[in-house]
Amino acid sequence: MHLVDNVLLNIVLMTLIKFAGFVLAFVMGVATVLTWAERKYSALLQNRIGPNRANIGSIRAGGLLHMLADPIKMLTKEDFAPNTPNPVLFRIAPLLAFVPALVVFAVIPFGPGEGFQISNTSLGILFIFAISSLNVYGSVIGAWASNNKWSLIGGLRISAQMISYEVAIGLSLCGIFMIYGSLDLQDIAARQGELIWGFLPAWGVVLQPVAFILYLTCAIAENKRAPFDVGEAEAELTAGWWTEYSAMGFAVFALSEFIEIILIGCVGTTLFLGGWTIPGLHGDAWWIVVLEIGAFLFKTLFLVWLQMTIRWTLPRFRYDQIMRLGWRIMLPIALLNLVVTGIVLTFIERA
Amino acid sequence: MAKVVNRMHPDFATQSYVIEVFKGVALTTRQFARNLFARKDVVTVQYPDDRRPYTPRFRGKHRLMLRDDKSVRCVACMLCATACPANCITIVAQEIDDPTIEKAPSRFEIDLLKCIYCGFCEEACPCDAIRLDSGVHSIPSFTRRDQKAGVINLMSLGSASIASQGGEHRAHSHEGTAHGQSSGH
Repeated sequence: MHLVDNVLLNIVLMTLIKFAGFVLAFVMGVATVLTWAERKYSALLQNRIGPNRANIGSIRAGGLLHMLADPIKMLTKEDFAPNTPNPVLFRIAPLLAFVPALVVFAVIPFGPGEGFQISNTSLGILFIFAISSLNVYGSVIGAWASNNKWSLIGGLRISAQMISYEVAIGLSLCGIFMIYGSLDLQDIAARQGELIWGFLPAWGVVLQPVAFILYLTCAIAENKRAPFDVGEAEAELTAGWWTEYSAMGFAVFALSEFIEIILIGCVGTTLFLGGWTIPGLHGDAWWIVVLEIGAFLFKTLFLVWLQMTIRWTLPRFRYDQIMRLGWRIMLPIALLNLVVTGIVLTFIERA
Repeated sequence: MAKVVNRMHPDFATQSYVIEVFKGVALTTRQFARNLFARKDVVTVQYPDDRRPYTPRFRGKHRLMLRDDKSVRCVACMLCATACPANCITIVAQEIDDPTIEKAPSRFEIDLLKCIYCGFCEEACPCDAIRLDSGVHSIPSFTRRDQKAGVINLMSLGSASIASQGGEHRAHSHEGTAHGQSSGH
């Protein structure tokens, strides 16, 4: 009995430590920095200066203090609620978007071995799909409960868009599972540390380049950011599905969007950019492990940067174009990619 | 006449959009790097700290011009108040001691909240008494009352005019110079 208690306590304690280390420190930290970085980055590539007015005395730190000023502002603003028949749904909608975005990090392998993964389950990627598809409820329920026509139209658009792209994103990743023969993210990451023909890293992006582009496109569409942000579409729908949200409700929605950017980066890194592996570097020495964790974070940040740049480069698609892209282009290409991968794998096995 | 629109017929590589996206990403990244290290392209004006100069023809807050003895040039003829499309000018006339000047305003008030800064008053004025060339822009206040500019307030921006005007000791004064731009009268 005593032993069981100790084991349980150990598990809980380790989970909490891992949670604090990876989710609170890395994910939330980067998400907070992104609230500033996105505005500053977009400003600089549009020939503007960006936020630089928040200050303590004469210290401005290039606008970094906006990370501090924003929460203070959000917490002290009026938390407006529209005259709605669903006030409870209106209040819990931000949480419905926020919680799934955070929970998914439980299965991301931040480094080699179980110690750097909060929960090592053999169904890793299925867990990610299952939980992150719950994300649509937050936005759609929020839009519905807002009792506002802009919100409703925005909510309709994103529900259709997110569900459509879920199909294509799932199929685009099937090729990866076929090649590595596993759904376990830790396994997939480790297998990508091998070399093909002695020099080419066996990364997903090398073996499945088409799937990588499909994944990135669909993931951005899932996260409903430009060029797929028709649900928000400030030119037509005021602010779309989050028109009525202000103060912390808005902040939580915005933060969960940033967390999803990091999530897309993490999943993309694990499946396509070799996870925590560094080509040609193997071993259990502590400095190698540190380097590998660093490699994972670096690759994730690279994908975050790529998403942000795409978001500020491309104009918004029209709504019908998005649906056509999803069903008539993305889905067939994903299926075709699957068929070709299957044929090639069969030939390799026979040979 | 019918206009021929040259529709673009991009090839497959362009239409697939993949390469074009990365070209666009390269472009924005290059622009980001340029602005990160040298801000030559940045066009932002840090408003309260730096201000862009107004054009000479900018119509700002009104000012009432002065005679050489610093009294007001306005003769309360009501032309500006009549021309005003926003009805923002209130003038109350009074007689003054000078027998060669028929009237002068005892009250001359412009409601700056109503004013649309069209400049019709300036054009209607026969005496070059009211001008909008002060260059003063957007004066905020905490009450509506503060937005009603009275005669003292308007004269404080005023200066002498080179236009001639009747009046006993005051005719033929040509040496005064305008504060801002000449209004062209």
